[in-house]
Order: sequence, then C-alpha cells, then structure tokens
Amino acid sequence: MSGRHKDKIVASVADALAPLRDSMTILVGGFGLSGNPEALICGVVERGVRDLTLVSNNAGNLGKGLAQWLRAGIIKKVICSYIGGNEDLHTRMASGEVQVEITPQGTLAERMRAAGAGIPAFFTPTGVGTVVEEGKETKEIDGRRYLMERALPGDVALVRAHTADRFGNLRFWRTGRNFNPVMASAARLTIVECDHLVDNGRIDPDDVHLPGIFVHKLVHVPEHENAFEYRTVRKRA
Amino acid sequence: MTFSTEDMARRAAREIPEGSIVNLGIGLPTQVADYLPEGHAWLHSENGLLGMGPFPFEGDEDPNLINAGKQTVTVLPGASTFDSAFSFAMIRGGHVDLAILGAMQVSAGGDLANWAVPGGKVMGIGGAMDLASGCRRVIAMMQHTTKKGEHKLVQRCDYPLTATRVVSLVITELGVFEPTGHGFKIIELAIGVTREQAEAATGAPLT
Repeated sequence: MSGRHKDKIVASVADALAPLRDSMTILVGGFGLSGNPEALICGVVERGVRDLTLVSNNAGNLGKGLAQWLRAGIIKKVICSYIGGNEDLHTRMASGEVQVEITPQGTLAERMRAAGAGIPAFFTPTGVGTVVEEGKETKEIDGRRYLMERALPGDVALVRAHTADRFGNLRFWRTGRNFNPVMASAARLTIVECDHLVDNGRIDPDDVHLPGIFVHKLVHVPEHENAFEYRTVRKRA
Repeated sequence: MTFSTEDMARRAAREIPEGSIVNLGIGLPTQVADYLPEGHAWLHSENGLLGMGPFPFEGDEDPNLINAGKQTVTVLPGASTFDSAFSFAMIRGGHVDLAILGAMQVSAGGDLANWAVPGGKVMGIGGAMDLASGCRRVIAMMQHTTKKGEHKLVQRCDYPLTATRVVSLVITELGVFEPTGHGFKIIELAIGVTREQAEAATGAPLT
C-alpha cells in the first residue's frame, strides 16, 4: 500500500496526463502567457480529452498558450476574468461554441483559495451593485453589503514551477507565480511541470513557496518557450 | 489649452503621497509612474508584484516578469512577488492606499464604469472590480467626453458598473473634478479652459 505522496516524478508529459478524462474541470496556472505550464498545455491536446471546463485567468492570448485548446475544440466552458486580446475565445464565445463565465480576478483567485482551504463559500465586497451580484445571495455585515461567492474546486490543476524538489515543494519565478499556488491547492489531482528538479533538502524549508502536500505528479521540463506578450523596453543611456 | 496626457499623468502623480502603495490601471494611468520621484511610492501590480520598476533595458526583459497589462517590467530593491490570492487580499483588505484607474463613465455619486461598453466587445473584468471596491482611495483618469462628444462625467452611469460610490477624484484633459453626490466640484481647470466649456462637457451640475 502506498500513499498519495510516494513517487511523484513521472517520465513524460503523456504519463503525467494519463489520468485526464472527458468533461473534467481543469485549473491552469498562468497570467496571460506568463507562468504557463506550456508542455502540459500542449500535452492535453495530444491526450485527446474533450468537453473540458477550463479555469484560467485569460484562457490564452495572441493564439498562444491555452488558445491551443480553443483551436482544438476541446473546451465546453471557460471560467476566467479577462479575455481582451484573446480572439480565439471572442469568436467561440460569439458563436456559442464555448460558454464563458467572467469573474472578477480577485474573486476567481479567492474561490480557488477557499476550495483548497475547505471553505465552501465566502462573502466579498467585490462586485456589489454590479452584474456580478445577479443571482447571488447578499448580506449586510457591520453596515457594508457583501455578496456570497462559492468555492471553485477542480478535478485537475496544471501548474508551472521554477524549481521543485522530489517531494513536490515548489518555488516560482517572479510574476510566474500568479494563480499557480491557489490552483494547486484547489484540485483533487495537481500536476506540476518544473524547469528545475532538485533533490529533497536542496530547497530550504523557509524558502518553499508551495509545500509538496498540494502536488501529486511532477514532470521535469527543462526547456520552455516563455512567450512574450508585450515586450516593452527602455533604451540604454 | 487642455491638459495633454502627460499633464494629466503629472497631475495624477501629485495625488500620490510619499510612502504610499499605489496600483496604476492599464493604459493612461500606467504613465503616472513616469512622473513619480525615485523612491516616492511603491507600485503594486495585481498579478503579484509590489515594488514594480520601469520597463527593462533592451536585452534584460523577462517573460515571467510582467505587469497587469502583460508588459515586461522590472523589480526594484525591496520588491516582493506573491500569488494572485495574496495579491487580491492586499487589495480587498484595504492595504493598497490608492488606485488610479481608467474610466468610461463616472457618476456624480462616485460610481465607476470602466469594464464594458453596452453592445461592445466583451473584454472581461480583470482586476477592475476588486481594485475599485478594495483600494482605500480611487482616482479616475479619463478623457472628459467620448470621441463622439458624449458625456462621461454623468449624473448616473448607464454603462455596466465596476463599483458604486468609490471615485473620489476625476482627472480629465479639462481639469480636476470631485464627485459630490449631486454633481462635480471643480478642483481646478486646465489653463485656458473656461467654466462654461467644462459645464457643456459634463452631464451633471458643476459647482
């Protein structure tokens, strides 16, 4: 008998994605194209699952990242916060091919944080008095109105980390962290793609960004495209 | 003469107290950073960065170091990075002192509409609602009217709302205005802009 935290390292992206099934809810880390689990995103298209519900802040952009899932026609529904610039999603939303639920970004993050923390719902001031409030329970607490948002758990989370140890303790790089940690906590099965894989003990306990308790499968992907969305620079003096 | 966008950014920068935490919205507000003295304030970017620096020098750009507009940026000494839930806890929890946001409409009561045009392409909400309802102070930076000349400072917003009763100051090319509940108070007008001109461009009484 072995527990869920024995031997997390898998040899390939295909092995890591073997447990995926049709109609699953998949949480995918990244903000725009930064901090994306690029190899796992490509691997899901090859895996051949369909009718997926995708939870992602942007669901791809400029034809890259998760836009590949849209182009492959494997998504039934998207839960996201922002779709500006994502023509692949605009066209499929307009045609009705993909159902889109737009959620304020902080609410999206908190819904997954809550799911990972065993909290079924919470009250937030964000969206009060707007279309986001429609159909939701509201409550006045200490003189301010709040609306109730429900936790958003996933079947699977796909996460990108900079460094992982063999137990799955993770470190992220700069703003590549974004939704990755909360998504890892909110799914029944969390699959991580890491740039660097190190032995246990090589990440100091105090330097761990996400403890390995939230990680179930780990695949080492040393090469990444790391696509730029908007390359803005200064001239050197 | 009206304020240029540079004038507006410079004017908005004057609203930022030294030693404060500020979130600058996508578009026009991003330019405000150019007019802040070095070390004056800490810039927060909701994708998970506090202590954001200017655009990188050519060759130093990092695709995993971006602002909320997905532009490549840098980190300043003292910066920190964190996840999205923590970033929005900072916003919702009232730890961000000021947000300077773009706006499509602002009402006399301080309601903000800045995420959707009725009948227009849906862009999404992003961090707009969290920033507008969570930051301790919200300043709107916008053109005073639409390109067709329609009012954007209005009695009541008819665009989808971002948050209600949150805007404390509006900076436009015509001047600086404060929502009072009944209309807008003129704080200052751009040099050469007359009161009559501002009144004609505003969909609520000016005081």
